Amino acid sequence: MSQTMTEKPSGFCFELSEDHKMVQKMVRDFASEHLAPRAAHYDRTCEFPWENVKKMAELGLMGVTVPEELGGAGMDSLAYSIVIEEISRACAATGVITAVQNSLGEYPLMAFGTEEQKKKYLPLMARGEKIAAYALTEPGSGSDSASMQTRCELQGDHWVLNGQKNWITNSTGAEIFIVYATKDPDLKHKGICCFIVEKGWEGFTVGKHEETLGVRASGTCGLTFENCKVPRENLLGVEGEGFKIAMQALDTGRVGIAAQAVGIAQAALDNALRYSKERQQFKKAISEFQLVQEMLVQMAVEIDAARLMLYRAALKRDSGEKFTKEASMAKLYCSEVAMRAALNAVQVHGGYGYSKEYPVERLLRDAKVTQIYEGTSEIQKLVIARELLRD
Amino acid sequence: MNVIVCVRQTPDTESAIKIAADGRTINTDGLKYVLGPYDEYSHEAAVQLVEKNGGEVTAISFGPERVKETLRNCLAIGASRAVHIHDEDTSHDDALAIATALAAAIKPMSYDLIFTSNKGTDSDRGLVGAMLAERLGLPYVGLVSELELEDGGKALMCGRDVEGGQREKIKVTLPAVICAQKGLREPRYASLMNIMQAKKKPLETKTAAELGVDTAGAVKLEVEKMEYPPQRPPGRLVEGGSVDEKVKELVRLLKEEAKVL
Amino acid sequence: MGNGIWVIGEGKGELSRATCECLSEARRLAGEEKVSCLLLGSGVSSWAGQAGKFGADEVLVCDNAELGKYNLETWAHLVAAAVDSKKPDLVLVPATTHGSELAARVAARLGLGLASEVVSLSRGDDGQFRAVRPMFAGKVRVTVRFKENGTRMATVRPNVLTLAETNRSGAVSSLDFGKPEKTGADMVSVETRGEGSSVDLSEASIVVSGGRGLKGPENFHLVHTLAEVLGGAVGASRMVVDAGWKEHSCQVGQTGRVVTPDLYIAVGISGAIQHLVGMQNAGCIVAINNNPEAAIFKVADYGLVGDLFEVLPALTEELKRSRN
Repeated sequence: MSQTMTEKPSGFCFELSEDHKMVQKMVRDFASEHLAPRAAHYDRTCEFPWENVKKMAELGLMGVTVPEELGGAGMDSLAYSIVIEEISRACAATGVITAVQNSLGEYPLMAFGTEEQKKKYLPLMARGEKIAAYALTEPGSGSDSASMQTRCELQGDHWVLNGQKNWITNSTGAEIFIVYATKDPDLKHKGICCFIVEKGWEGFTVGKHEETLGVRASGTCGLTFENCKVPRENLLGVEGEGFKIAMQALDTGRVGIAAQAVGIAQAALDNALRYSKERQQFKKAISEFQLVQEMLVQMAVEIDAARLMLYRAALKRDSGEKFTKEASMAKLYCSEVAMRAALNAVQVHGGYGYSKEYPVERLLRDAKVTQIYEGTSEIQKLVIARELLRD
Repeated sequence: MNVIVCVRQTPDTESAIKIAADGRTINTDGLKYVLGPYDEYSHEAAVQLVEKNGGEVTAISFGPERVKETLRNCLAIGASRAVHIHDEDTSHDDALAIATALAAAIKPMSYDLIFTSNKGTDSDRGLVGAMLAERLGLPYVGLVSELELEDGGKALMCGRDVEGGQREKIKVTLPAVICAQKGLREPRYASLMNIMQAKKKPLETKTAAELGVDTAGAVKLEVEKMEYPPQRPPGRLVEGGSVDEKVKELVRLLKEEAKVL
Repeated sequence: MGNGIWVIGEGKGELSRATCECLSEARRLAGEEKVSCLLLGSGVSSWAGQAGKFGADEVLVCDNAELGKYNLETWAHLVAAAVDSKKPDLVLVPATTHGSELAARVAARLGLGLASEVVSLSRGDDGQFRAVRPMFAGKVRVTVRFKENGTRMATVRPNVLTLAETNRSGAVSSLDFGKPEKTGADMVSVETRGEGSSVDLSEASIVVSGGRGLKGPENFHLVHTLAEVLGGAVGASRMVVDAGWKEHSCQVGQTGRVVTPDLYIAVGISGAIQHLVGMQNAGCIVAINNNPEAAIFKVADYGLVGDLFEVLPALTEELKRSRN
């Protein structure tokens, strides 16, 4: 995949390739024209943004790294990061929907799926005809996912699932769910299995939409499994391999959330710059005041560093090497930067920043979740520490 | 049906334009170049015609090396192949010189229709289309906002708005040169799949010399100096307590001070 | 030098204002030299007096029933033949749709230098013509010089140069233009557009433009009513056109029309740079917006901060009252 996009640069290269620039320009133009104008609407109503998803599917954004022969665009992780950043810059909820589809829905199938599973599900997902969700978190297990309580039991030619999942992004729109369950909680991570579950199967219900602080249109719901029968061929990977799949998907997912965070941070800076040049106090634009400049500068410097870390993690992933540490570092730093940038953007806007009239209050609410989902900042630090101390 | 679309690479219209130290050209540091905003419409019109009637679209552009980037963008939004007339000398960016070079490159090609667009948002000339038509001895219709193939693809019915609130319908036999007006067809985005496919499409480079064209000799104008337009003096806000008071004051000012009513 | 200045005229029923502006400018540049106005079409001889009034010493006509319908190739053929035979020093053409394409074809046919969309012309002590033309939608302007002697050409942007009357009568001479060529294009019909204001945007002396502040296409009638009371044309911002509230032909700005009316009223337009470059050379700019920090107020001569849904009806009424 990566070989088709970029020549391997000799030494450091801080310039995107022409193809990546083309991707960036296309998604930026598309997002500012089609996603940004409706972001406030979706935030207010919490409707699943079908209109966005449909248009993005036509452009290949729902299957960025899926091979061409399976209906995707066959691009690399760097292109994927650029896509998520630019979408999130306009609408963070649409950004996470796209990130989940690509990295938590499609990636596990690409990496662990059988030929039959890939052929059956990937084209539908890559073309955006079916939305995917990723069901790992439970009411009682978040960071400690190995302690999950949802049970799976093999009964003849099918598995039976029982239990509950919580905070599952994309649920209101999804028709394909990547679901984790354990054969026996005492086996901890060794007992976990991964399944492909379709919407409408008996015993599987999607709960009511959860009201959240930010990314409100991302279709977040709880799921309930009551003697839900899953055909044996829908086991993803091998029995007991579920935890490994979950962790690898999260490595990839974290690159996506880092990209989302950079997009939110960039939107915060865009808004702060525009407003500070327009807003006059004491007969001059507030951008001329050095204390305002200090906030703008902090945002700009941190966003630049965050984006470089994001690109580095994406390139490392494309190189085929282990990228757990780089992904966690990028996710940790980018999400912290997004939060600080959003806070600064609100501060630059003063009272208007606190009102719904300007988009920066939404950016603040959207930024917060990037420090929480797909591993809290604290979990990222544990992952990084473990990788540091490994040898 | 084979369609040629002549495109121009222009700085992004959101770029800040600064005059260079020579006082005759713009400072190109940090400028972002894009497919000309008007060219997006003509390119789309060309692609849709071919999608409907078969054949292929060739995108062609004149200019320095960076123009290739714009041509690759054309390949990602529906062109089948691209031709770059390579000329690094920006003083050759002249309507007649460009038209002459384009005509020489296009002459040996097989085509039914040539699209150009309104104007470069940088040069603001709007001359190349008609000049190209003249050099190729073809009919030309400018600023077309409506078009329909007729006579089994042998003719094109064009509609356009001209001054004085008039709408003209002009029927033209093919081949012809058509300049598309903004809005003729809604431009598409380059999908990721098409960006990947564009890499496999041919992009050919020629120089004016290879085409037997004396570009420098065709340049008839020379820029002596470039300046910023005079700044408008700052205006003022119309005072008044109520809307009615403000409106009365505005009308008074327009009549007595500005004398425009 | 010494072959005089030509203006290629156009009109409908009478000479267009843009042609008269070209003639006035030609008169100013020519000094004692001859100004000629070239007219092609059917029944155009009757415009000769008007051409004289704005400075033409002679009017060269090709008044032919066969030329009832405008045809670019025919026109270009005839004009090129005439220019080539008399070799005037300078040929001015109005930068209208017809004028611009005609000038381009003639210049390409004869290999002449053509400066387009010119906003000012001068003649130096060396006798050389120089033209000033905007680039980047008016963000900068350049002064261009013609590299070669012989005939030079320029298209002149309408509504920029001032009219000046003279007491010339416009003596008619006929010029042999040769036979019109048969061409591949045919004017099938010319209709007057029905919709909206009938005044054309780029020629209008008053323009009222609406933007996003109108909140929806259903409110655009407020702009139309104001334009109607003022006898002006209706314009729109890019956002409004992109959203499909108004047709592209109404768009004022970098990728729309550049307008230079005496009075420009911007209603609910924030003033993005792409819009400003399309109207900042208007004589007088009025901005109506509820956001006192909108960029449009930086270029406006008169700014009115207020809710346009209150201001527009009140302004329309006040203008009606003051007109009576």
